[in-house]
Amino acid sequence: MRDMLARPENLYMYWKELLRQMNGIGVGSLIIVGVISLFVGAVTALQFAYQMGTTFFPDYLIGFIVRDTMIIELAPTLSGLVLAGKVGSNMASELGTMRISEQIDALEIMGVNPNGYLVMPKIIAAIFIVPPLIVLAAMLGIYGGYWAAENYGISPANYQKGLLYLFDPFNVVIMTVKSVIFAFLIASVACYQGFYVKGGALDIGRASTRAVVYGSILVIFFDYIVALVLT
Amino acid sequence: MIEVKDLKKSFDDKAILKGISTSFEAGKTNLIIGTSGSGKTVFVKCLVGLLTPTSGSISYDGIEFTSLSQREKKEIRTKIGMLFQGSALFDSMTVEENVMFPLNMFSKMTSKEKVERVNFCLERVNLVGANKKYPAEISGGMMKRVGIARAIVLNPKYLFCDEPNSGLDPKTALVIDELLSDITHEYNMTTIINTHDMNSVMGMGEKIVFLHQGYKEWEGNRHELLESDNETLYDFIFASEFLKELRKGAGKSIKLGK
Amino acid sequence: MNPFYHVGRFTVMVGRIFNKPESSTMYWKELLRQMNQIGVESVPIIAMVAMFIGAVTAIQFAYQIQDFLVPLYYVGFIVRDSMIIEMAPTVSCMILAGKVGSNIASELGNMRITSQIDAMEIMGINTPGYLLGTKIIAALITIPALIVVAAFVGIIGGMLATVLSDISTLQEYERGLRAFFVPFNVRLMLTKGVVFSLLLTTVSCYQGYHVEGGAIEIGQASTRAVVLSNILILIADYFIAFTLLK
Ligand SMILES: Nc1ncnc2c1ncn2[C@@H]1O[C@H](COP(=O)(O)OP(=O)(O)OP(=O)(O)O)[C@@H](O)[C@H]1O
Ligand SMILES: [Mg+2]
Repeated sequence: MRDMLARPENLYMYWKELLRQMNGIGVGSLIIVGVISLFVGAVTALQFAYQMGTTFFPDYLIGFIVRDTMIIELAPTLSGLVLAGKVGSNMASELGTMRISEQIDALEIMGVNPNGYLVMPKIIAAIFIVPPLIVLAAMLGIYGGYWAAENYGISPANYQKGLLYLFDPFNVVIMTVKSVIFAFLIASVACYQGFYVKGGALDIGRASTRAVVYGSILVIFFDYIVALVLT
Repeated sequence: MIEVKDLKKSFDDKAILKGISTSFEAGKTNLIIGTSGSGKTVFVKCLVGLLTPTSGSISYDGIEFTSLSQREKKEIRTKIGMLFQGSALFDSMTVEENVMFPLNMFSKMTSKEKVERVNFCLERVNLVGANKKYPAEISGGMMKRVGIARAIVLNPKYLFCDEPNSGLDPKTALVIDELLSDITHEYNMTTIINTHDMNSVMGMGEKIVFLHQGYKEWEGNRHELLESDNETLYDFIFASEFLKELRKGAGKSIKLGK
Repeated sequence: MNPFYHVGRFTVMVGRIFNKPESSTMYWKELLRQMNQIGVESVPIIAMVAMFIGAVTAIQFAYQIQDFLVPLYYVGFIVRDSMIIEMAPTVSCMILAGKVGSNIASELGNMRITSQIDAMEIMGINTPGYLLGTKIIAALITIPALIVVAAFVGIIGGMLATVLSDISTLQEYERGLRAFFVPFNVRLMLTKGVVFSLLLTTVSCYQGYHVEGGAIEIGQASTRAVVLSNILILIADYFIAFTLLK
């Protein structure tokens, strides 16, 4: 991994690769992260309304709970898990295929540093593109909650009242910290698994499964660490 | 005996097979030759029903195959053995389990009989001592031999081999050719072999079908092959300049076999 | 491509699963192998994730309610209900979509491009039944069980976090665990488990079984399996919540 800090041979090529990766990770994950957050927000609203049905909480707290749960926990963590599945398996199998078909060796023979050219842009792209994705996820989740709450019979005015209730900007900091950490973890684990594949097509599959598994575990583990440190 | 009439196959609008009629007799080694990409694999896959022909008919000992239902096709398929171009061994199973798989699925043998049968087949293909290895741990040539053992373990009536000796050294290739030729005669199988190896063609071609640009360009046995004056066939066989020179020098009088 | 094409091909695939097994012992052996691969081998990841999710839920709920006059024993109550209703089934299945889904798709894809599926067809084996049916049944049996484990471990994780971070005493947490318990929630959890496992295995089987091409296409199929399973799981989650919680 230290190899990837070696001096880039041609900055323009690296820049192009970086843009390609940002496009692949960001645009490629937009739909899944969007759809999932929308429904997660909706489910959170429904289930909180249901759970609170047995207690004495006022209605408008739903907006408050959905907002905070999305921002602190669900947007970064669930998106992190989904991205560990999608982006992680994608990166691992892409690099694995390049390794098996000897494309990585070919780069090395040409004098290109494969770590720097293939791995570094992926990690940097992830770190830049995942946080905006997660902000979007939080917004869509809150909107999904609004929609579900309305279907459930809670007045939009009450939901909005909850949304504005006791907003702590620090929660957004928590969300951003989480997203940067998750992006780094997912991309670096997946690249590591893919880069060192040995064998055939079956081993690519195994590496990509490992990328997903380790990525998910690390996401949840660091979620806990961040929660412990920042809250 | 397998009969093929006017078999056509296209993918989307790309025609690969443009009307092929021929027949393959039992107890004979039938060879299909042609350049890479000429459609040998497609042809064989149509014969066994892995691909559905665009038109044409295929009959197995008089039974029309293309119009059979899925269940009736299954019935015929239990009599078919096939070696795939890439061996297609099941990589979650050992060599022994691979060969035993069809027995486990379809035979009522006791497990002792099964083990005996598997060992017999593996000996037949000259492969002993690799029973417990996984496909990833053996060489390409060994994989081909396991593939053949698996194809013949149920004593098939029809045996299809897609390039049984590509990627093998000439000596191992010869061993495999002899094996295929032996079992064909011994069990009176209808054997169809795809190849572009001239050693195999000359060594065991009792019937040879030459595919070229989607048509059957030529057919005959290996003796007729050398006496034919089909130019396309000659270009295929005597591909190198060296061989072309050799042929000019010798005229058309080269005779092999005897 | 045309959605009708996929729906049609999917229907044919599922239809072909229901056929008499050629050999019940072989199908049974394959089922056990799959139950091991899908179920037993996923226990560590599911348990580890559930443990931390329980812990995070406890810590974050305590953080969210610190400005309110909510009794502390609510932490136990919220962790229990969130784990049972939502976290255990949904998060576990999203993780399994990543692990099991990508695994199924790439295993089947590899068998497809190396002609192993063709080789079985030639032998006269009904490959949808033998390869896909066993995986789907194995998932239907093992995934709900995994979810129950996840719920338990999550509640324990919440307990550890509560006690270790001094949120409340063990007695308070336990009191919360026993408060307002609705047995129906367990049924909700199991319903979700069955629906989600069906979704994620059929989608992944479909993607893997129909791969054409080479190693790159296998990778794409396995990514598609993960993405589609995740999306379908959450959509189903919403509809289950909506119909059953009304
Ligand atoms: N499923 C498919 N879809 C589209 N085209 C195909 C398909 N399968 C084969 N082809 C095309 O059919 C042609 C013949 O392929 P085939 O594999 O039969 O060649 P072959 O004679 O077996 O060659 P080789 O000796 O290299 O194995 C090729 O041009 C190939 O691109
Ligand atoms: Mg071929």
